Amino acid sequence: MNDRLRTSMRPVRNESGIEIQPLYTREDVERSGGEGFIGAPGEYPFVRGIHPLMYRHRPYTMRQYTGFGNPAETNKRFKYLIENGQTGLNVAFDLPTQCGLDSDDPLAAGEVGRVGMAVDTLRDFEIAFDGIDLERITVSLTVNGAAPQLIAMYLAMAEKRGYNLKNLRGTAQNDILKEFIGRGTWIYPVEPSVKLVGDTIEYCAVQAPKYSPVSVCGYHIRESGADPVQEMAYAFCIAKAYADEVIARGLDVDEFAGRLSFNFNVFGNIFEQACKFRAARGLWAKIVKEHYGAKKPESAWLRMIAGGGGGGLTFEQPEVNIVRGAYYALTAALAGAQTMALCCYDEAYTIPSEYAQRISLRTMQLLIEEMGLTDTVDPLGGSWYVETLTNLMRQKMEHVMAEVDAEGGIVKLVAEGAIQARVSAQAYRMQRAIEAGEFRKVGVNCYRADETEEPDVAMHPYNEEDARRQAESLAAARGSRDEKGVAQALAQVRAAAREGSNVMPAVVEAVKSYASVGEITHELAAVYGRYREPVRF
Amino acid sequence: MKNKPIKVVLAKPGLDGHDQGAKVVARALMDAGCEVIYTGLRQTAEAVARIAQEEDPDVIALSSMAGSHVPFCEKLKPLLEQAGLGDKLWLIGGNLPRQDHARLRELGFRGIFPSSSRLDAIVQFVKANVP
Repeated sequence: MNDRLRTSMRPVRNESGIEIQPLYTREDVERSGGEGFIGAPGEYPFVRGIHPLMYRHRPYTMRQYTGFGNPAETNKRFKYLIENGQTGLNVAFDLPTQCGLDSDDPLAAGEVGRVGMAVDTLRDFEIAFDGIDLERITVSLTVNGAAPQLIAMYLAMAEKRGYNLKNLRGTAQNDILKEFIGRGTWIYPVEPSVKLVGDTIEYCAVQAPKYSPVSVCGYHIRESGADPVQEMAYAFCIAKAYADEVIARGLDVDEFAGRLSFNFNVFGNIFEQACKFRAARGLWAKIVKEHYGAKKPESAWLRMIAGGGGGGLTFEQPEVNIVRGAYYALTAALAGAQTMALCCYDEAYTIPSEYAQRISLRTMQLLIEEMGLTDTVDPLGGSWYVETLTNLMRQKMEHVMAEVDAEGGIVKLVAEGAIQARVSAQAYRMQRAIEAGEFRKVGVNCYRADETEEPDVAMHPYNEEDARRQAESLAAARGSRDEKGVAQALAQVRAAAREGSNVMPAVVEAVKSYASVGEITHELAAVYGRYREPVRF
Repeated sequence: MKNKPIKVVLAKPGLDGHDQGAKVVARALMDAGCEVIYTGLRQTAEAVARIAQEEDPDVIALSSMAGSHVPFCEKLKPLLEQAGLGDKLWLIGGNLPRQDHARLRELGFRGIFPSSSRLDAIVQFVKANVP
């Protein structure tokens, strides 16, 4: 290329700070580290995909985040999505449930059933999943602080319905460290919270070996302001913290690593995002094989859901978010995600309508049925740009991970509020860059429209009646259980916590006796205490 | 003589854990010379009133993303008034549907900043409305 022309061009950097050249050739790939760390699909280091045939064998699972009001109402929406071709469920719980509070707790007032489904006892899970085939539809539970209770409820519900727990699949989010960084549904202090994650991994490894007890989330770290490199690096530091916790208890890496899964975000530059996932697959495989010495190939698989992120969608001109969502889904498919979900176009306003959910679902189906995205494995592989960027992104992630380790590790930095401060500083820089027009957002700082016109969004109504009915249902569940048995089961939970043994067997028994989410939280908090947030800027 | 900086108590009401916006606004206000007391997550109406009474700020600001802003503000208003903070500047930002703005104004919130509000607009509003 003409050098004078090249030097006159405005430099372009992606969000991760990598300068993007106007043209890539084989030499760029060599300079970035070459093609030695790619491998074939289904083979270490899995950069091109964790399975040899990827979507030719099975297309990505489509799993929209859904739940509101009471379990009966949510069950109807689940069935609507399944009838429309959705292949998994991702359950949204209301904030009281996520924070370990019962629906009749004074702190839950005004929040029951508002942003997700309310759950108090096993009875609610029985209603929510009634008539849903748990072998055909895999269920993901978006719960963290109260994950021990809800994992226990899911297993108890499935067992009651006659499923063999040895074959039961499904996922719990159960990534508490990222809740301290973003999203905020923590309950106990950092260290016992990590211990509880260890308890669930250890318990499931034996009792429900095909169940994924943890989905480590870069997603929410990115939503809180992290750049794509920080998103992956912090998530891997967190995953290592959980692995270290259970290895210290004597578990072998091959006994649990194959059931760890990940949840990442998609918005922004298509190539940066696709390379982020390719780079991350290689990096995670390297960590599991080289650092932990895993022998089984599947232990090193980066199994992930890639979600089209709310952080990229705009309040302005919300209908344009439908198009953004289509690009996010395209990126996730190009990147070889196992599961996909999309934030809906109306999410800056409200809980998505059925209509908006259907548009998101159809968007993901279009790529499979009409656009040829599932015909061949890793269609971007071999592009000089993509391979160079994949190498550079991986090196940056390794650098950020090494920084965290040098500063004492992720658990310490999260407990001190240091990661939170870094992420919120990055969020502030980005917001300023958007407001200054330096980072372009269509409809926000360019191509604005008349914002006085009402957007075409149907607000989800909040039904006070649902909250009242949920409290009544809890009272009924309390009225019909064996109170003595409940008290004994709860005492066992507290005793297990006090002894420092695995609390899960006791939590499962408590749940089966119809002890509530809030009652079990109360026992655990009596031993562990409650988290106090460090505020740091 | 230099003026005393404007003091802001910025609170996250209820169980909502989405604090990116609150922290970004806190930084913008600090950059503009304000003193910001950020409460952290999970504050009850009673806690917000107590912190505000202890800190005696010029501005009491809430950030709400999870839809419970109206019942929360209905609870908070009498508590702030009883604490003698009725004359302070009350602001609220976050996911605030247009249909709720009139009610929030009735409840004494003079500044309403829904998602998509600009940081400079918030800072200017604070500077223009704190006596």
